Amino acid sequence: MGVLTNRFQDSVFFTTSDNIINWSRKSSLWPQTFGIACCAIEMISAGCSRYDLDRFGVVFRPSPRQSDVMIVAGTVTRKMAPIVRRLYDQMAEPRYVIAMGTCAISGGVYNTYAVVQGVDCIIPVDIHVAGCPPRPEALLHGFLQLQDKITGTRVLRAEEPETLPSPEGA
Amino acid sequence: MMASEVPLAKVLERFGGKVELDETATDMPCLLVPPEDLVELCLFLRDDAELQFNFLSDICGVDFHPEIPRFMLVYHLVSIPNHWRLRLKCRLFDPPAAPTITPVWTTANWHEREAYDMYGIIFDGHPDLRRLYMWDEFDGFPMRRDFPLRGYKDNYNPLGATRRDGGGGA
Repeated sequence: MGVLTNRFQDSVFFTTSDNIINWSRKSSLWPQTFGIACCAIEMISAGCSRYDLDRFGVVFRPSPRQSDVMIVAGTVTRKMAPIVRRLYDQMAEPRYVIAMGTCAISGGVYNTYAVVQGVDCIIPVDIHVAGCPPRPEALLHGFLQLQDKITGTRVLRAEEPETLPSPEGA
Repeated sequence: MMASEVPLAKVLERFGGKVELDETATDMPCLLVPPEDLVELCLFLRDDAELQFNFLSDICGVDFHPEIPRFMLVYHLVSIPNHWRLRLKCRLFDPPAAPTITPVWTTANWHEREAYDMYGIIFDGHPDLRRLYMWDEFDGFPMRRDFPLRGYKDNYNPLGATRRDGGGGA
């Protein structure tokens, strides 16, 4: 802080409400403490001091009511699928889903009767993180991408039209 | 060979022709037993002062489709005081049924539920014959050789096999 101390006059910042809302949403993405296979080990590693997800405002929460992101870290079995769905339903909006690893994305090598062939079959997915399992850097990258995605969203403003009307008109 | 260590002659003599020695097994002594004599044989092996097979290590099912008889149950026993192992094989026709040995070794309870879950083998007299791994509504017995590896097609499993009319899961 040394170089910044006492360098500025009293300032007023102008921004849009959407920017404030998006900034606060993306700066406190709280994931559920929820791992279902070996990807969870990499997720835990990403949360620990070496990779330190906390510096992005990503803090693991023990309850779906308190969390914003669900990291589906591992193979989703058919027997687990209703539980994953229920946890997703219990999260407060806005909620995001990161499908971490090949199993969560597509079922992976487990193309069998017992495994859901991609968690997209049960819940909508925002970010796919490829790998088997993905390294913690890949999960960090997934979070950064999710933050990018949130930055562009319109909370209060009306949706942007698909194509802007041209001045010449039709 | 281990076969010489276990005094099987007295077992064969006691059951006079109903229980046979399986010469094809080379790793441990192996007995072939019809399902009618299974419980009696198990009680004898457990309670005989010399044999003392006091530990049931495993029960597995086998499907030999399209051979007849189609199914087989394989029991692995251990005599902890003597450091002996013994295998019992029991062939079953279709539909498969065998007596439960839960009263002999309590641990057989879950092993038999597993065999029922995966192969549909009915254990007569079992105290609680429910599925162990698959959910209760699951249709079919997935380890049978005529069950498709990828399971049947539905919302969670778009890559599954198409269900045949009249000859579905079970």
